[in-house]
Amino acid sequence: MSNLTDPRNLPGADPHTGNRKIDPVTGYDTTGHDWGGITELNTAFPRIVIWALVLTFLYSVVAWILLPAWPIGRDYTRGLLGLDQGKEAVEGFHDLSGARQDWLSRFEGEGFPALQSDATLMATAMPAAARLFSDNCAACHGTLGRGGPGFPVLSDDSWLWSGDAAEIATTIRHGINADDPDTRYAEMPSFDWMARSDRAALAEFVAGLPNGSADFGSPAGVLFAENCTSCHGETGAGGLGIGAPPLTDAAVIYGQDPETVMQTLRRGRHGVMPAWSGRLSDAEINLLALYVAQLDHHGKGTQ
Amino acid sequence: MLKLHYNLEKISVGLVAAIIVAASIGGIVEIAPLFTIDETVEIPADLRPYTPLELAGREIYIREGCYACHSQMVRSLADELDRYGPYSLAAESAYDHPMLWGSKRTGPDLARLGGKYSDDWHVAHLINPRSVVPASIMPSYPWLTRTLDTELLSDSLATLARLGVPYDEGMIGAAEADALAQSRPDSAMMDGFQERYGERPAARVFDGDPSRLTEMDALVAYLQSLGTLTDAPYRTLAEGKR
Repeated sequence: MSNLTDPRNLPGADPHTGNRKIDPVTGYDTTGHDWGGITELNTAFPRIVIWALVLTFLYSVVAWILLPAWPIGRDYTRGLLGLDQGKEAVEGFHDLSGARQDWLSRFEGEGFPALQSDATLMATAMPAAARLFSDNCAACHGTLGRGGPGFPVLSDDSWLWSGDAAEIATTIRHGINADDPDTRYAEMPSFDWMARSDRAALAEFVAGLPNGSADFGSPAGVLFAENCTSCHGETGAGGLGIGAPPLTDAAVIYGQDPETVMQTLRRGRHGVMPAWSGRLSDAEINLLALYVAQLDHHGKGTQ
Repeated sequence: MLKLHYNLEKISVGLVAAIIVAASIGGIVEIAPLFTIDETVEIPADLRPYTPLELAGREIYIREGCYACHSQMVRSLADELDRYGPYSLAAESAYDHPMLWGSKRTGPDLARLGGKYSDDWHVAHLINPRSVVPASIMPSYPWLTRTLDTELLSDSLATLARLGVPYDEGMIGAAEADALAQSRPDSAMMDGFQERYGERPAARVFDGDPSRLTEMDALVAYLQSLGTLTDAPYRTLAEGKR
């Protein structure tokens, strides 16, 4: 039986020397395989790859010693450097927020007028506030604070409570109709018990309030006086600070055309603004409040 | 050493054996820690399982492929902590079968989403994301307004209970009623629901329509529960404060 590992027995090899055919163009040996005249170069495995592999293996040994690596039962080898990614991230985060503290901490204690009059502080704070706003508020209120369907506009002068930064901060902190013990309430009850015809008349009346075409002496006006004025004020001008909007300024969140008012009357409204006190720091909330308070000036070009 | 390999390649059985040995080292390193996972992953005392409605929402989340674009894992990097909140702990997904950590973020991470936006926003956003986020490339899911199928909920709970999620017999039996109760907080069923799940799970008419229990109710309940099952990650953040 011939020895299969002997090169002299391989196909294409010289039976005496064991040498296979040398390719005249590249100078490389061939594998000895022949497929109908096509032969294959026996090109050596590139040295650089072998070295890269060797270096990678060597590095892994170094890494095992220095870094957390092998699992051992309930524990793992922690490495000489004692690195802990979780701890590093938390420290990095505290460094990151610590770097902001030199100016951000001023938003914890100082009054809004004092903060607002400090132009240097505002130059640093407002771009940061804009990012905070995009990340947390823009989803509902829009990137420019122009509101959305069912979400209030923040860049105008209409406010359910007040456009004052301190009041806005309270709203951000505790939310509206939110899961927070100190949340603000803004509840429009359903008037589905009212006859449809009455509701339709009332809707027409309310839709006419902003342009002054509503007749307070009409039957719908009486309905309005009986059912709506306790929250929206006698003339519908609102401003009672109980979350009921003025109905005279055409800035109602959900719209004030008769059809929408009909929907509001039948199903009520119970818009929710989440409470942000657990998610954002006090300073961040105050910063955002100041940012939102000055949003309404952008439209008028006063700032 | 290269000669050894040269010779090994000629002995096929030896080569197979060597491949198995080499590959199993990688496998053992990954698998071995799982044998002690009960001891290494500490379940926080305040970790609660999903309610049946949240679980139904989770199934819809999987069905619609939300995980393909949204991860549910805040990585342990300072920037991630700054944007999303504390990094995700293994224990947070102890009751997730399968886990939905994901690795691709076409949309933002959702691990800390619960409570960030209102239910109304979620409903509007799922029906048509462009209505609230004009530049969004997320698909619309208008069919979520259809009625929720709760038939398999008890079986789902029973399956998860076998995998170690702490659902008891009562929870498994009342799964369908509890799913409805969570979205009807004023109904008499609410007492039983709170007896079984406590007062922590948010109970609201999630989709704003009290006449029907919809897939939207379930999905929004699930989304609002993300990151709220335990406070443990927030404790790691506070402990690291210097």
